[in-house]
Amino acid sequence: MNVKAVFNTLGKIAVVEGVLLVLPLFVSLVYSEFFSAAIFALTVVFAAAVGGILMLLTQRHSHVIYAKEGFAIVAGAWILISLIGALPFKLSGNIPSYTDAFFETVSGFTTTGASILTDIERLPKGMLFWRSFTHFIGGMGFLVFVMAIIPNITDRSIHILKAEVPGPAVGKLVPKIKDTAKILYLIYVAITLLEIIMLICGGMPVFDSVVHSFGTAGTGGFGIKSDSITSYSPYCQWVIGVFMMLFGINFNIYYLVLMRKFKDVLKSSELWGYITIMLVSTVIVTVNNLGIYSRLATSSRHSFFQVSSVMTTTGFATADFDTWGGISKAILLILMFIGSCAGSTGGGLKVSRVIMLFKIISREINRLLHPRAVNTIHFEGRKVDEGTIDGVSHYFAIYVICFVSAFLLISFESFGIETNFSATAACFNNIGPGFARVGPTLNYAAYSGFSKIVLSFAMLLGRLEIFPIIIAFSPSVWKK
Amino acid sequence: MKIIVTGCGKTGVAAIESLVSEGHDVIAIDNRLEAIEEIRDIYDIMCLCSNGADYNTLTEAGIEEADMFIAVTGSDELNMLSCIIAKKMGAKHTVARVRNPEYNDKSLGYIKQQIELSLIFNPEYLVAQEIFNILKFPAAVNVETFSRRNFEMAELLLRDNSPIIGMKLSDLRKKFQANYLICVVQREDKVFIPDGNFVLESGDRIGITADPAEIQKLLKMLGILQKSVRDVMILGGGRIAYYLSKMLIGSGNTVKIIDSNRARCETLSDLLPKARIICGDGADRELLLSEGLTASDSFVALTGMDEENILVSIFASSKQVKKVIAKVNGVELSDMAEKLGLDCVVTPKQTVSGIISRYARAVANSAGSNVETLYKLMDGKVEAAEFNVAVDFEYQNIPLKDLKLKENILVSGIIRRRKAIIPSGDEVIKAGDKVIVIAANTVLNDLSDIMR
Repeated sequence: MNVKAVFNTLGKIAVVEGVLLVLPLFVSLVYSEFFSAAIFALTVVFAAAVGGILMLLTQRHSHVIYAKEGFAIVAGAWILISLIGALPFKLSGNIPSYTDAFFETVSGFTTTGASILTDIERLPKGMLFWRSFTHFIGGMGFLVFVMAIIPNITDRSIHILKAEVPGPAVGKLVPKIKDTAKILYLIYVAITLLEIIMLICGGMPVFDSVVHSFGTAGTGGFGIKSDSITSYSPYCQWVIGVFMMLFGINFNIYYLVLMRKFKDVLKSSELWGYITIMLVSTVIVTVNNLGIYSRLATSSRHSFFQVSSVMTTTGFATADFDTWGGISKAILLILMFIGSCAGSTGGGLKVSRVIMLFKIISREINRLLHPRAVNTIHFEGRKVDEGTIDGVSHYFAIYVICFVSAFLLISFESFGIETNFSATAACFNNIGPGFARVGPTLNYAAYSGFSKIVLSFAMLLGRLEIFPIIIAFSPSVWKK
Repeated sequence: MKIIVTGCGKTGVAAIESLVSEGHDVIAIDNRLEAIEEIRDIYDIMCLCSNGADYNTLTEAGIEEADMFIAVTGSDELNMLSCIIAKKMGAKHTVARVRNPEYNDKSLGYIKQQIELSLIFNPEYLVAQEIFNILKFPAAVNVETFSRRNFEMAELLLRDNSPIIGMKLSDLRKKFQANYLICVVQREDKVFIPDGNFVLESGDRIGITADPAEIQKLLKMLGILQKSVRDVMILGGGRIAYYLSKMLIGSGNTVKIIDSNRARCETLSDLLPKARIICGDGADRELLLSEGLTASDSFVALTGMDEENILVSIFASSKQVKKVIAKVNGVELSDMAEKLGLDCVVTPKQTVSGIISRYARAVANSAGSNVETLYKLMDGKVEAAEFNVAVDFEYQNIPLKDLKLKENILVSGIIRRRKAIIPSGDEVIKAGDKVIVIAANTVLNDLSDIMR
């Protein structure tokens, strides 16, 4: 293990985070929140110092990395940025406990949106901005951002890209990683700007529009009101609902659109699967909700918004879906696990994996019926190699094991199975709100410190697709 | 530039490596998943696992906007076919490797013209040529020719008994008066472009540029001129061995080829009636000795196994064979072979990356003062490039001493009307000249890149 290369890269990452923290510093100044500004300034200095020291101690060393360094860098980076990012909340006293601040920041970077804040509206604007900005950075990936702006952070950065970008297989858009990262961010920023403009046009205040667009873009879900999006106009709710859906789509699709390869877009089976699941769920939930919301328009708006929010793993809410009927809640729970498309900013298992899992199951059944049959699995118009198939099945197995372990650990809390199960599902799949005591109108404040740490790691496991965290914590990797 | 490479074997990887290091956008295609997986994590490129002659694959790779298409799969026919398709689909320049001896005669030019190839190359032939040059000139460890043999660069290894050790270059110049220039010195891992105060040490590898006749004159004065070889023993009967034997026989040498494959031996015996073909295991000392290894004045190891080539070459050196050359594909192994005492190692990879980089630079810079020839020397740390001076070259008729050159750059030769000039500070560059530039750790695309 090239420990020095890992720490050198972590140093660069701390410096980049320090630079990003200047943004909330400015926002605080704009709103004349000088105390917050001072806190952010302090954190900027601290991040730069940490980064500078790490880089100084490890300079002039080989920067060639291999797969294990890639995993260690990604895991280390996400923990480091969360540790630093939690400081403003703790230092300003807005979140008195550092564990809570860490939970809140991890929830932000992993784009979960699970909060421990009981009275959000009390927070200064600068803090609210930073809280949502973490969604924006974490959504497309912090290291992808670093790769887009810093030339050659390490040799063979592909290992970092592989470890950070979710999905069964990493496809570069263009030959160079740096250019790929730039294109991804350009698309990301462009769609976010479009959403901000459309929300402002709908009469939402500028600050609210920006913050909510960050939450949508990263499929995060931190709001700035206790009732999330409920009090905004139906137009704004539709805009956010549709944009959540857009950010749950694989970004390669947008690149194909930019390249005017519309035929390839229409051929994407993951896209069709994603849209079909979302529409069918919306229709069922709408019909089921007609008893609660008498008008079809209201029912369809709330149903689509909640389905889109949960499936893309965002976690905004326009209605308290905890009060909905059994079938609606069941569908939302299942959607939590399916998640969005691979290569999007969302979490969960990913639609492409779910489709492949079904194909693997059908092949297995076929094999039992016709023991000598030879079946290849096709996806997106091409043969899936056995390595990827094994990868998908193994990922599913380890996903279940991790979920069960996290669920077991937080079940020491006396909240009942619905709360604990949905809380684990909502954190592990990076959604945010669950059911019962962690429903959309409530929060995670009631959990103990231990459970909050367990849930923080569940969020990291979910966002980084398990392996980087597990690998970074296995002692054998760190042996010389 | 956007460059598509199909075929990720040894040649393909060498091409990809040099293209990536020069900052091009590379897309690699190979239908073997193992080959793709091996390079995917090492180089910053896009990989496609498919057939490089397939329309859909080429569309996916974005052939319409590709500046260059390089076909280096194992099959000549597939290379030519994919180049035809790539050209029709819009690739600006196509490059194919064609190595079957049957195509490598007069038909080569015809093929190139008919299927509109920009470049057709045969690494085995080029490597054979390189070895042939060294054999003609056994005192040197490497010889590169410029401008159709009007100018040469010879690499010499200074041994302990060399008379010029401990001399300053300026003194050397006074003592041995000839028209030459010591333009580059490699000492251990470092490369220097020496000035007059540079002192030579034992173990240095020096590069001398001059007219071929002047180099002979200098070597005679230094007392290290060796006669060109007569009897060559070649181990391994691959394509390089075939081309090399043909060249050697053509210039009147006797050639003995040892190969363990009976069928291959029969083919060789058919193709090269004047050569003696021995079928047997080349690693067998008895066989080598009984076939007169000690009586040969040179030995060339060209089997497909680097390790075998190195070990048998060391054995041949120990039997006082005067000139021993080993072909080694792996760069790491060639370093080790040099440490083990083999001064003369030929690396096909460097030949390939030289020709590919040269062509890519010429394409990238088709308007300016083009690269005509490009050699990578001293394990690729130094480049020797020959440029055609364009009519609109900015720095014409300025004495060299007044030009502000970048560091580690030397104008080591000018060829004007087929005459080689070793430039003094007062010499000027004129349109129509060919200029030979030595550059350490710098990439030159255009002659004006040498200016600060």
